[in-house]
Amino acid sequence: MTVKDIRTQFPILDIPVYGKPLVYLDNSATSQRPQAVSQELVKLAGSANANIHRAVHFLAGKATDAYENTRDFVREYLNASSREEIVFTSGTTAAINLVAFSFGEAFVGEGDEIIVSAAEHHSNIVPWQMLCERKKAVLKVLDIQENGVLLPECLEKLISERTKIVAITQISNVLGIINPVQEIVSICHKKGVPVLVDGAQGVVHSKVDVQQLDCDFYVFSGHKVFASTGTGVLYGKKKWLDAMPPYMGGGEMIKSVSFSGTTYAPLPEKFEAGTQNFNAVPTLIPALTFHKACLEDKEILEYQNNIKEYIYSSLTADSRITLYGRPESIQDKINLFSLAVRGAHHEDLALILDKMGIAVRSGQMCAEPLMDRLGVTGLLRTSFSWYNTMEEAEYFVNSLKKAIEMLS
Amino acid sequence: MSMSLDEKKQSVIEDFQLYDEWLDKYEYLIELGKNLDPYPEELKTDEHLIKGCQSRVWLDYHIQDNRIFFRADSDAIITKGIISLLISVYSGRTPEEIAADDFGFVAEIGLKDNLSPTRANGLVSMIETIKTVAENAR
Repeated sequence: MTVKDIRTQFPILDIPVYGKPLVYLDNSATSQRPQAVSQELVKLAGSANANIHRAVHFLAGKATDAYENTRDFVREYLNASSREEIVFTSGTTAAINLVAFSFGEAFVGEGDEIIVSAAEHHSNIVPWQMLCERKKAVLKVLDIQENGVLLPECLEKLISERTKIVAITQISNVLGIINPVQEIVSICHKKGVPVLVDGAQGVVHSKVDVQQLDCDFYVFSGHKVFASTGTGVLYGKKKWLDAMPPYMGGGEMIKSVSFSGTTYAPLPEKFEAGTQNFNAVPTLIPALTFHKACLEDKEILEYQNNIKEYIYSSLTADSRITLYGRPESIQDKINLFSLAVRGAHHEDLALILDKMGIAVRSGQMCAEPLMDRLGVTGLLRTSFSWYNTMEEAEYFVNSLKKAIEMLS
Repeated sequence: MSMSLDEKKQSVIEDFQLYDEWLDKYEYLIELGKNLDPYPEELKTDEHLIKGCQSRVWLDYHIQDNRIFFRADSDAIITKGIISLLISVYSGRTPEEIAADDFGFVAEIGLKDNLSPTRANGLVSMIETIKTVAENAR
């Protein structure tokens, strides 16, 4: 497979912006969707639209099959041990909120501790803060090194007898550094502490095997990995999900309801209250199928690696540019670069790049505490996906230099 | 004050029409930003901060002989250019003039449509702040 073959599956990449070719480099915010995904969405809405699970009629059966087949597919994709461990959510944020609430209800009390890292995005901070407020628990923060790297040995010291859970990102959406989650899980488990891995970026850049990783929870959003918006996955070990009370009450999640009391459905429905996003969830199949094909294609991996090395060396060679998230080896970093330019505001840069046809992100990137930690008000971020070309990378670097000159 | 409010707005619209390309318009805004009168560091407080912008924008004003005089600053240069443009049009006008104005010239030069939504929000916030100052001074 070549990058050209990939691009033909993404017609949106051919739309001109301000009369210039679109160069989409905001992939960490959301990926574009291949034709197979958009077609699946249209197909389901047009041929299998009925509310799932309860009704006995033909269409409901088709819709339910599409939805439940996706669960089996995702189970296999993540190598979870059973389909009961796969809960569909609206995305990463909803999944973390679910765990923070339900795990918190069952296992967190006054004076207990929860650990997150300094490199988390708001979605993996705020739900835990809310839990801490509710339960009078304490949120502790695992700091990062100056270069953005997280040290597992520091985590070991931070864990106490009161630590109830560690919630950590596999890859920060700002630093792009691949965290040593395998080691983190093993440290935590030695002390009997469960781990939630935020895979919002991680699932995009690695093949995930939750049994090998042995994490207790793994969450990700569909829209960052080529599926429809409003889809997301919570993987949780059965022993935890069984022990956790439901998050929301309503349809689907019940076994029997009466005014004297309600009993809940078994897993995974216990955590899927209300009408599910049944048109969109099945797009996870073509999305992850496409993604897996890319992850396993040596030619594509090498091409993307060349882009990463080119961007890294171009940006570090320019003394006006400061790059954030610089592990010792570039192998520990994904193709995501957040930077600041001396004398130029990130928003000005993004605005000028936009008019050159380049979509990048500027600002705090939903990680205000990390920005404070790095001592910046915001950064400019560029993030690449399978369909981005070396020509686009070169155009980005040249355009960035032009923008810097315009502003200085 | 040589030009009336309408004349000044017309002249800004004509200045903007000189540039076809948006990058050139940005160059022009960057120049305006660079030439904006200095703003006192001690007035860069939360009180003077305009909410709703991705970059930080500070606005201060004083009233003299029933005319409002604005000064402002931003840490982003294009934003500074935009606020400079607004100041060049509205500073030194009476509260009545500003309060009665519809700020339609901003749309006429295509500024609002060509900004990212966050930037457009910032522009709206700047206009709202200027309007509120004028309303309160009437």
